[in-house]
Amino acid sequence: MSAATYTRYELVRTFRNVRFMLLSLVFPLTLFLLVAAPNRNQTLGGLSFPLYYMTGMVAWGTMAAMLSCGARIAVERSVGWNRQLRITPLTTRAYFRAKISTAYALASLTIVALYVSGIALGVHMSVGRWLTMTGLILVGLVPFAVLGILLGHLLTPEAVGPAIGGMTALLALLGGAYGPVATSGVLHDLVQLLPSYWLVQAAHTAVGANAWGAKGWTVIAVWTVVLGRLAAVAYRRDTKRV
Amino acid sequence: MPSPLGIELNGLDKSFGAVHAVRGIDVAIPVGETVALLGPNGAGKSTTIDMVLGLLPPDRGRVRVFDKTPDEAVRAGAVGAMLQGGSLIRDLTVRELVTMVASLYPHASDVDETMARTGITDIGGRRTQRLSGGQTQRVRLAVALVSDPELLVLDEPTVALDVETRRRFWSMMRDFVAGQKTLLFATHYLEEADEYADRIILMANGQIVADGPSNEIKASVSMRTIRATVPSARVDELATLPGVSGAEPRGDAVLLTCADSDAALRALLARYPEAHDIEVRGAGLEEAFLELTGDAESEQM
Repeated sequence: MSAATYTRYELVRTFRNVRFMLLSLVFPLTLFLLVAAPNRNQTLGGLSFPLYYMTGMVAWGTMAAMLSCGARIAVERSVGWNRQLRITPLTTRAYFRAKISTAYALASLTIVALYVSGIALGVHMSVGRWLTMTGLILVGLVPFAVLGILLGHLLTPEAVGPAIGGMTALLALLGGAYGPVATSGVLHDLVQLLPSYWLVQAAHTAVGANAWGAKGWTVIAVWTVVLGRLAAVAYRRDTKRV
Repeated sequence: MPSPLGIELNGLDKSFGAVHAVRGIDVAIPVGETVALLGPNGAGKSTTIDMVLGLLPPDRGRVRVFDKTPDEAVRAGAVGAMLQGGSLIRDLTVRELVTMVASLYPHASDVDETMARTGITDIGGRRTQRLSGGQTQRVRLAVALVSDPELLVLDEPTVALDVETRRRFWSMMRDFVAGQKTLLFATHYLEEADEYADRIILMANGQIVADGPSNEIKASVSMRTIRATVPSARVDELATLPGVSGAEPRGDAVLLTCADSDAALRALLARYPEAHDIEVRGAGLEEAFLELTGDAESEQM
């Protein structure tokens, strides 16, 4: 018995279905190339425009990758596959691990594609900055991985597409992926409670923002624990005929 | 010494809101027996099966599978199942899917052997979303069998299959079971239950209304109907004919439910020679159930 084989085939399935990469890869990459290429010599607040825009697209695209991976669960449930898996010895832990690994693989593809495109358009920074940014993004994506699984077990395949699209756009907007929503006041305090704010912050370490403080780590940890609990409950309850 | 039990249900009870789906049933199935759970739609068959598999917790009562809880039996890899209305996940080839499922079990059968046995070797390279209904069903069977389960549970496995595919399905199933494995299948086809099961458990309204060797159960539910136009007779007169257990008007005609249709037909023609447009048919299971479950019906009211 090995969950490694299960995980491997989950990966194979994901990369064979191009439709699932539209929101996470094709859209952000296209937008980046269309907007950043003509403005490659511009600067924004003293930073190169492609660098600034690349980080926003990375935050948006990776978030979409995590959520759309979860969305695939809704489709599996609609054909009863979730119930079929339940009568195998596959553990909840191994199931979550496989789903999360797949989501990370999809997000990594987005990251690499945008980094390569960015470098092609003249983005350059120190290796240390690349690594800090990437590391924080990967950590910042954990709550989105479990949120995707949660939504996949709660929604129908018809509802899950719009839900993920809408949620990604809203979280990206409030998190500041398209530019800061507020720099002070109540709204600023509120958006700092969103995991997407810290994901965008992670991407912005490349453009000179400070890395997460205690607040960032706490927000990400709390969302991960809360959503993880809810996702585990949703998974356990999700054994009915649909 | 009594033979060990594959499945044991005690006082099993389940409701969904106001619907009392399963009403305190008791079942004991010895290891190696092939049992059909027969009943019309809504009888409680799928709910019972979901509880046997641990997919649904009972409100009351107890399920034991090989003297373990369903979860323990599933974790041990002892259970294989084809669930109702299920299909396959897409974007894998048939071989990849069967391999993936096999990898989850501690002592799975050989993938090639399982594919050969279920007749899917030639479609091994095809993607799961490009299969016909019959092919999908065979792949689902391979998915259920590749774990080499001790208990196989099939919930209406042949629904929507044509007669030939259905026959082939059961011949594969017989080879697999070979008197060693425990097999429980739900069906609403009396013929299927009679032909392939050692024993039939008849369910209606969440209760077991009969349980015994297949031929006995079949005889008790094999009712026929006679439909005829008999201008000179009143319906209540026809109801008293030998072999007739009930009569109802159907437009100009009358429908007689018969325990012995031969006797009824002879008496009908002897007494009413003008009877015409006569049709004799095997009654559907639903009609037979109505006869058997009058009590359950009135209790529910």
